[in-house]
Amino acid sequence: MIDPFTPFIEFGFMRRALAGCLALSVSAPPVGVFLMLRRMSLMSDAMAHAILPGAAAGFLVAGLSLPAMTVGGLVAGLVVALLAGAVTRSTVLREDASLAAFYLISLAGGVLLVSLRGSQVDLMHFLFGSVLALDDPTLYLLGGISTLTLLTLAVMYRPLVMECVDPVFLRSVSRAGGPVHLAFLGLVVVNLVGGFQALGTLLAVGLMLLPAVAARFWARDLGGTMAAAVLIACLSSVCGLGLSYRFDLPSGPAIVLTAGAFYLASMLAGPQGGLLRRLVRGGHLEA
Amino acid sequence: MSAGEPLPIRLHGLTLGYDRHPAVHHLDGTIRPGDLLALAGPNGAGKSTLLKGLIGEIPVLDGRIEAGGAIAYLPQADTIDRSFPLTVMDLAAMGLWRRLGPWRSLRRAEAGVREALATVGLSGFEARPIGTLSGGQLRRALFARLILQDCRTILLDEPFTAIDARTTEDLLGLVRRWHGEGRTVVAALHDFGQIRSHFPATLLLAREPVAWGPTAEVLSADNLARARRLSEAWDEEARPCDGSRHAAPSAAPVPPEVRPHRHAHGDGHRHDHPQGHDHPHETAA
Repeated sequence: MIDPFTPFIEFGFMRRALAGCLALSVSAPPVGVFLMLRRMSLMSDAMAHAILPGAAAGFLVAGLSLPAMTVGGLVAGLVVALLAGAVTRSTVLREDASLAAFYLISLAGGVLLVSLRGSQVDLMHFLFGSVLALDDPTLYLLGGISTLTLLTLAVMYRPLVMECVDPVFLRSVSRAGGPVHLAFLGLVVVNLVGGFQALGTLLAVGLMLLPAVAARFWARDLGGTMAAAVLIACLSSVCGLGLSYRFDLPSGPAIVLTAGAFYLASMLAGPQGGLLRRLVRGGHLEA
Repeated sequence: MSAGEPLPIRLHGLTLGYDRHPAVHHLDGTIRPGDLLALAGPNGAGKSTLLKGLIGEIPVLDGRIEAGGAIAYLPQADTIDRSFPLTVMDLAAMGLWRRLGPWRSLRRAEAGVREALATVGLSGFEARPIGTLSGGQLRRALFARLILQDCRTILLDEPFTAIDARTTEDLLGLVRRWHGEGRTVVAALHDFGQIRSHFPATLLLAREPVAWGPTAEVLSADNLARARRLSEAWDEEARPCDGSRHAAPSAAPVPPEVRPHRHAHGDGHRHDHPQGHDHPHETAA
């Protein structure tokens, strides 16, 4: 039996992968908790796909250049988030329907754009990321995203919570609602762009949503839920990378699958509404 | 009490609505500081619309609202996401937003929040998640939030709907206390008995204003019947309103004597306050 930390000690690329994933694990899950509580989980998935054509456009212009692909992804993600909101407000379509439409268009368009210039390998890189090949600029980007996310969440925590719980009330006392909502969407996109670098378009939401959903089974209050989500994400990163090294598995899917395993385990055994808890809860209490 | 000169809310030809169909049509009048005003009328009469218009939640289609100062508002159906992991304490503390803003610490204000919760009978519920409250308890918590907002003007949209008698009684006591403190309270209500016994002034709406004045005069059988008739039609084919119908009183669907009279609080009516204070309303401007 080898020491689970050996690969991280021996190989630089594993340390880089771990550093990148931990940076993501600290910032994406709290955003995911808010997404889940606002019932926007599927929207984040759609936005993750929306990043693809932007990043692909950057790729077409500048090849595999981090700044070009990042800027392209950011712009495309924000445009789709705003467009979906605008379509919902100004037409009869509900937001989920308009998001589904946008995300199909984006995914098809993105794959087409990448294939125009790149190879199958490039396409796989776009779809599933390249967590084992994170270079310095990418690591700085992930660290920066993490820092920005935590600071922004701290600054707008109170109005953001109010916007989630009672938007009408927030509107009646303050004009912060609109900017806070936009800033939150911005955080979602920024974190998805980070996730895109490590895990690719299709799995970028993995470290954002799975830990958040799993954490709901462990904590009652918001702070506890976010802390539990970050912890689960960090554990998933370490275990997923370790497993992928040990059994020679693709790393991105290994990390997301580990997070998925944590989710299933939490759903079964979590103290807040977990299945086992419901089965064995015994008789009802005295009124 | 919050600072600031109490100001009247003046409505000038106010028209509010959805999709160009007016839900409140050409409403004129003044809600004066210290008024305890009931909004009455059938479903769809525009009561909620008027309250939403007053806080700027929906845009004004025509006319204007002159209002100063902060307004506290309790919406009709709770717009609250009760599955959100938030405590009763935090929910009530939202009322402190104007004082604390996004960053100032809640610690020093905590005693005030506890006191407000005690006032509405929710002592001991501070740490409970809002998802575990009953409908009445949640309404109490929202009243605690209104207390903490400490506004000169308080708008309540059907605050006692689906609430048991005991809770209603407690919360009505709070409304009377606000009135005693000189705050303006406007409440949309369905229960005419409640309006008659607790609200000295009433505005009867049926999209058009039907009557506005002392409750006993406004809630006459004639007015109520007219309100019902007026509110039953929603005309898909309605033509754009050119205002002429309302400019000439003779052509108006509402006879002149019950046109919203310019808030004649001065003309001799007095009402009893449970607190025993008896303020003659100053003559309306």
